[in-house]
Amino acid sequence: MKFGIVTFPASNCDYDAFHAIVDVLGEEATYLWHKDHDLQGSDVVILPGGFSYGDYLRAGAIARFSPIMQEVAAHAKAGGPVLGICNGFQIACEAGLLPGALMRNSHLQFVSAEVRIRVENADTMFTNLYDRGEILRMPVAHGDGRYVAPASVLEELEAEGRVIFRYADAAGTISADANPNGSERNIAGIISEGGNVLGLMPHPERACSALLGSTDGARLLESILTRVAA
Amino acid sequence: MSAVKPRPGDPVITPALVAEHGLTKQEFERLVGMLGRAPTFTELGIVSALWSEHCSYKHSRPTLKTLPTTASYVLQGPGENAGVISIGDGLAVAFKIESHNHPSAVEPYQGAATGVGGILRDVFTMGARPIAMLNSLRFGSLDDSRVRYLFSGVVKGIGDYGNCVGIPTVAGEIVFDPAYESNPLVNAMCVGLLHEEDLIRAKAQGVGNPIMAVGARTGRDGIHGASFASEDLSEASDAKRPRIQVGDPFTEKLLLEASLELIKSGHIVAIQDMGAAGLTSSSAEMAERGDVGVTIDVTRMPTRESGMTPYEILLSESQERMLVVAKKGHEGAVRDILAKWDLTAAVIGEVISEPVYRVTEGDTVVAEFPGSRLVTDCPSYSPDARESTTIAALRARDPSAIAERPEEGDPAWTLERLLSAPTIASKAWAYRQYDSTVRTNTVIGPGGDAAVLRVRGTNKAIAVKTDCNGRYVYLDPRVGGRIAVAEAARNVACTGARPMAITNCLNFGNPTRPEVFFQFKEAVAGMGEACRALGTPVTGGNVSLYNESPSGAVYPTPVIGMVGLIDDLSHITRATFQRDSAAILLLGDLGGELGGSEYLATIHGTVIGAPPRCDVEREKALIDVLLEAIRSGAISSAHDCSDGGLAVALAECCIANPEHESGAEIDLSSYSDLSNRAILFGESQGRVVVSSVAPARVLEIEPAFTISAYITRGGVSNAKLFIEGLRKAGLPE
Repeated sequence: MKFGIVTFPASNCDYDAFHAIVDVLGEEATYLWHKDHDLQGSDVVILPGGFSYGDYLRAGAIARFSPIMQEVAAHAKAGGPVLGICNGFQIACEAGLLPGALMRNSHLQFVSAEVRIRVENADTMFTNLYDRGEILRMPVAHGDGRYVAPASVLEELEAEGRVIFRYADAAGTISADANPNGSERNIAGIISEGGNVLGLMPHPERACSALLGSTDGARLLESILTRVAA
Repeated sequence: MSAVKPRPGDPVITPALVAEHGLTKQEFERLVGMLGRAPTFTELGIVSALWSEHCSYKHSRPTLKTLPTTASYVLQGPGENAGVISIGDGLAVAFKIESHNHPSAVEPYQGAATGVGGILRDVFTMGARPIAMLNSLRFGSLDDSRVRYLFSGVVKGIGDYGNCVGIPTVAGEIVFDPAYESNPLVNAMCVGLLHEEDLIRAKAQGVGNPIMAVGARTGRDGIHGASFASEDLSEASDAKRPRIQVGDPFTEKLLLEASLELIKSGHIVAIQDMGAAGLTSSSAEMAERGDVGVTIDVTRMPTRESGMTPYEILLSESQERMLVVAKKGHEGAVRDILAKWDLTAAVIGEVISEPVYRVTEGDTVVAEFPGSRLVTDCPSYSPDARESTTIAALRARDPSAIAERPEEGDPAWTLERLLSAPTIASKAWAYRQYDSTVRTNTVIGPGGDAAVLRVRGTNKAIAVKTDCNGRYVYLDPRVGGRIAVAEAARNVACTGARPMAITNCLNFGNPTRPEVFFQFKEAVAGMGEACRALGTPVTGGNVSLYNESPSGAVYPTPVIGMVGLIDDLSHITRATFQRDSAAILLLGDLGGELGGSEYLATIHGTVIGAPPRCDVEREKALIDVLLEAIRSGAISSAHDCSDGGLAVALAECCIANPEHESGAEIDLSSYSDLSNRAILFGESQGRVVVSSVAPARVLEIEPAFTISAYITRGGVSNAKLFIEGLRKAGLPE
């Protein structure tokens, strides 16, 4: 399976995503240049973390106008898997691939830490190798990770099982203390209506090595393989 | 040589103008002698920057020459943008530390941010991909609101810049002491990884090769930044805020990618950051290294505002700019690479055979210096050095004469006070604002003895750490200099790494004061002794003098940036106790030296006594034993015993990892007749706390090396730290 990883100006987790795909999954990965209009036959598109366009104006606000985003939108519309991580989640929201927005963290500081997230829905193409309620450990590193959306949208997301990950403590309790950015309902990741675009603030690609502290992210990537291959 | 005429509208050169440029009368005469005529305003500006302390090292160079700089694995020592050492497998590590103290004292956010930007560029201009950032910060007391402003601004500046460029900030140190009240220290270190064959040096070569300015356009920001960094801070410093550069990490990230691509492409022969003193120093230094002449036409420099004079263009310190010597005929290819990253590249001059440094404005020559004398003829001083009698008297005082406070009857009280002292307490508030895991190499991040980064594609890792205890250096600069190196070495050794080489950032006061220059000379001598004994040569660094404000000089603070190599990933060792029921040992003596300790400063508000002794041969032996024990698999954790002494070290081993807190039962009854406070809080050097599953094996490793301590009664246990065997049966928990 081929993963296309978009490099925007000042993407900086594209390299980590690339190595997670190639070294850990053993699958094919290629970088997609933001100025191009070509997904190079990618089965899965990853919008990686970083500071596309310096996060100037607003995180993800300029990247959504990159030429490659037209192809990414078309790919998503056709049901192709798109994984937006951190800045990629912000871009996906700005581009309208996902509802809601990511605002400045409630404590107004950048936060870099290992967090725990609870799997809320294990029946998606990104989470089918997890168990519902399972607690995962992954790093976060962001200044604008506070997920917000109108109440109606939040209700819809909840009703349709589209809240995929929530910040939780080790016991699985959803609490303000476990929430690194003040996001609504401790939301860490959501999925699109079609179930093929996942956005999350934590970094699964940084949680693929026991040496570095966690392998919990690897199964997210492996889930895609299982589902798309099937 | 060409005719150089003053530009219409240039100020007349008067003694006052010369003084304003920071040149002494003698230095000005030297300049006139070199030119054989009076300088133009532009030339005066160029010389004021290049002969500033920051660029010329005029007070420090002879002393620095005494430091060891070679080892079989050193590929590049001092004199380049960064030092480079080989780590085997065709790979090398480039690293360098630099100060941004003065800008940060006036504008903490931009000062710190551009400090990070500058040191990043120093590393990637060597052809290395930056893989880690470190820092070393000093502030006054957090009780002061301006200090809190400086501290939070600096931390945010470091975070915002490094996070955006995508380089993890993995380690550092933060010290709070009134000595740094109005003159904080902000030192940033960058570590990069490269293939040996990609190593490139900033040496202009090839007559006819074009000189190109790449990256951001030049504006009026940061003019005279280098000179500003070379004078004492004063009430008037705030007025020099415009001398502070403004950083743009987004452009830096693009410039990083473009530069590495340029270096790989083979289209260029040299590249250098336009850092301190901007275009002036980068072009003059590249010409001097290559022993060639250069000519530069300032009208071809891309600017971001109109009407800039040659003086302003030459001295601007606008950030995120590089000077490149391209191969003739490859200019278009260079432009294409920069254009891919939405950056500009412009030919602004060329390498010439005539031995001159020439600047033109169109066809008019506005500055010209013979040969490379602009760099080589800069003055060099050997100021008087004399120890301050006040400090000698402080050192002579006996710490044991300080009466204990009544509360100290309970050592747990003292321990709690020390653990909550800002210098010792957790620095998570700061490092949670730094992305420490991007690039997915960080095995041990902030909070450990040293950071550890795996080297992808190998079974190796590198360990990195910055370190210095300025209080020791203040009380005895020779010993303090030794300790700075030894402790940094111990820190990386605790992670399982062999200490390899250092970079240093020497932060001192005004060198023309004999008591300051004494500190400088002695500290460098002490560092040299330790570097030779430990086999860790100096591969470069930075000197920051004039760290003074009206309230006096900072503590002499020679910050050491150490790089160590771990040969096998299985040797990586953490600071916190790892396994239940393991025995705990102290490698080294109880010692009990309280001079210059955190205990005296925090509990008694005093800085007196001789700092702990530092026997560098013994430090070497300790590191050898520790590494052998780690490699044999007998060690589960290792933590350096430093600020706050044994009690603080043990407590940190228990609580530093909030995810896995543990406790320990320590029985010291058979080991010492020292006082409680000396045992618990003395800061004797050459000590490491280890936990071991096979303590007997550790003790067998080196019978000649005295391991004076201290099998525990119950080993690592839960939640509480018990220390038994103290006089009056003190039981901290």
